[in-house]
Amino acid sequence: MKLFEYQGKELFDKYGISVPNGKLVKNEKDFSGLNFPCVLKAQVPIGGRGKAGGIKSANDVKDAKEKLSQILGMDIKGFKVEKVLAEEKVDIKKELYLSITLDRSKRMPLIMVSGEGGMDIESVPDELIFKEWVNPLIGIQPFHVRGVISKLKLDKEDRKAVAQIISKIYKLFREYDCELVEINPLIISVDKGVMALDSKVIVNDDAMFRHTDIVPELVELTPLEKDAKEKGIAFIQLDGNIGVIANGAGLTMATLDALTHFKGAGGVFLDLGGTDDPEKVMQAFELMKKAKPKVIFLNLFGGITKCDTVAKGVKSVITKEGIDCPVITRIKGMNEDAAKEILKDAGLITATTLQDAARRSSDLAGGA
Amino acid sequence: MSIFVDEKNKVVVQGATGHQGVFHIGEMLAFGTKVVAGVTPGKAGQEVHGVPVFNNVGDAVDETGANTSLVLVPARFAKDAVFEALDSGIKTVVTITENIPFHDAMEFVHYAKYKDAVLIGPNCPGIASPGKSKIGILPGSIFLEGNVGVASRSGTLTYEIVNSLKEKGIGQSTCVGLGGDPIIGTTFIDALDAFEKDKETKAVVLVGEIGGTAEEDAAEHITKYISKPVFAFIAGRTAPPGKRMGHAGAIIARGKGTAASKIKAFEKADVKLAKFPTDIADLVEEYS
Repeated sequence: MKLFEYQGKELFDKYGISVPNGKLVKNEKDFSGLNFPCVLKAQVPIGGRGKAGGIKSANDVKDAKEKLSQILGMDIKGFKVEKVLAEEKVDIKKELYLSITLDRSKRMPLIMVSGEGGMDIESVPDELIFKEWVNPLIGIQPFHVRGVISKLKLDKEDRKAVAQIISKIYKLFREYDCELVEINPLIISVDKGVMALDSKVIVNDDAMFRHTDIVPELVELTPLEKDAKEKGIAFIQLDGNIGVIANGAGLTMATLDALTHFKGAGGVFLDLGGTDDPEKVMQAFELMKKAKPKVIFLNLFGGITKCDTVAKGVKSVITKEGIDCPVITRIKGMNEDAAKEILKDAGLITATTLQDAARRSSDLAGGA
Repeated sequence: MSIFVDEKNKVVVQGATGHQGVFHIGEMLAFGTKVVAGVTPGKAGQEVHGVPVFNNVGDAVDETGANTSLVLVPARFAKDAVFEALDSGIKTVVTITENIPFHDAMEFVHYAKYKDAVLIGPNCPGIASPGKSKIGILPGSIFLEGNVGVASRSGTLTYEIVNSLKEKGIGQSTCVGLGGDPIIGTTFIDALDAFEKDKETKAVVLVGEIGGTAEEDAAEHITKYISKPVFAFIAGRTAPPGKRMGHAGAIIARGKGTAASKIKAFEKADVKLAKFPTDIADLVEEYS
């Protein structure tokens, strides 16, 4: 789960990492207790908000009130701004970059630090980004910290402060099961020491059960996706008009690829997973109908999953509620013959191969 | 021969008395796997399909000589289960459980390395050496004994591909499901090295997916160390881009991770790529 900047900063504060004095603001009254000038920052779970006008400075309360009304409700890359963080402006001496993330290849947390923090960090050459990998069995040690900060051009006091922040961030990364903790920029301020000016924190969804203090907000999902998530069905909406139901993420992806090959376009990506529970299949099919695809393509490989059980679930939805778009099915594996009979009986089209099914679905959907 | 598992593996199933455990112990026994023990804390003395259940892995190892574990326990208990297996002297651990917090996976992957054990998964369908043993939840009906090694990051897609090999009469030495999680124990590189050494394996099929750089890493390894022919399929050429891991993700990946990057890397390594999953069988047939 991606945390909002303000949620990340609450965690920073908990771990003793300085952040600018600030708070969430909804109206004029909320600015009391804040010193000006301050910066108003839209809270959205996506980068690039500065360029989209989601960050504005204000010199006094009147100015702040006006800027707040401009930012609240603004649409940033599809996200409506509902929360705004106001922070006192800090004078910056130097901007650094600091992150800890997961290196999948080495299967270890990776610490990255650079003296070239700020907006253009992704174009900073590799040799200016200092890296250390931490074996999770030993955890962070002083040599890791020395390894990344010795190359930064900092005076002694700032170096010590940055070193402490790295250790604290690692602790946070580990204790909160994070996929990413990123501070860009981490600043050396003129008169307030070292501070995190921004926060990007992603907590591993699979570990949320250990972090009940974080309130999950499903802001990145469409209403149907939210519904699916509550039912435990993997469901993603895309731009195309063909609804794909398959079992297993890999097979679902391969099905979308096959459609694209025949100039079709997947509109919904629904992964039944390992289930052949007719109830779950019915729920999935109902969700798919709500997404109103032009064609539904059911691609099933029965290994442990029994094809005929899935077919029964599909048939019962169709006989009960009808269906107003063509359904192409391609069934392979355990009990496939019985499944094909059931689906034919329900009036659905059964194709023989993946290619055949993908071609027919794409043709019926009228191309991309 | 085969890789990682054969008729010498004596399997203890952790999470033996649950719905999945009972079903798959039956399936594995039917395949010929030597399932010698089950473990469920508090259920010692019970039997599942005639297999004795113990309270802990240590007892199971002492009583039955189990040397391999299949982990089927729920995600939040998986780390404990894997550690218990490794500390009880188990040398091959197959972890099926999905949705394990990746910090947990990171810890047990490195602990397995330290213990010099083979860890397969997590979030994988398991491993099968046809005619010898099947450890996991892969359907037994799709396999045929033979000379093609299969390593895959996917589940059902693997079944589909293995089944299409079988339909053409192409058998397999070992099929290993590596798992779909960001953190896994055995990688493409480990599987490739093992297949390269295995006399029975004449060709290797890799089934990849978008995300991470496992395929790019494998391609580089193939160029340097693998002499046997390699075939591959990559799923997700048209999938929507995954969530962005801040700037850090972009800095690590530097353009890798996409289907295009993986296809390019495999082409450069002379790996033959299939357009559709079922085409892999045609490519292998043409070659042999």
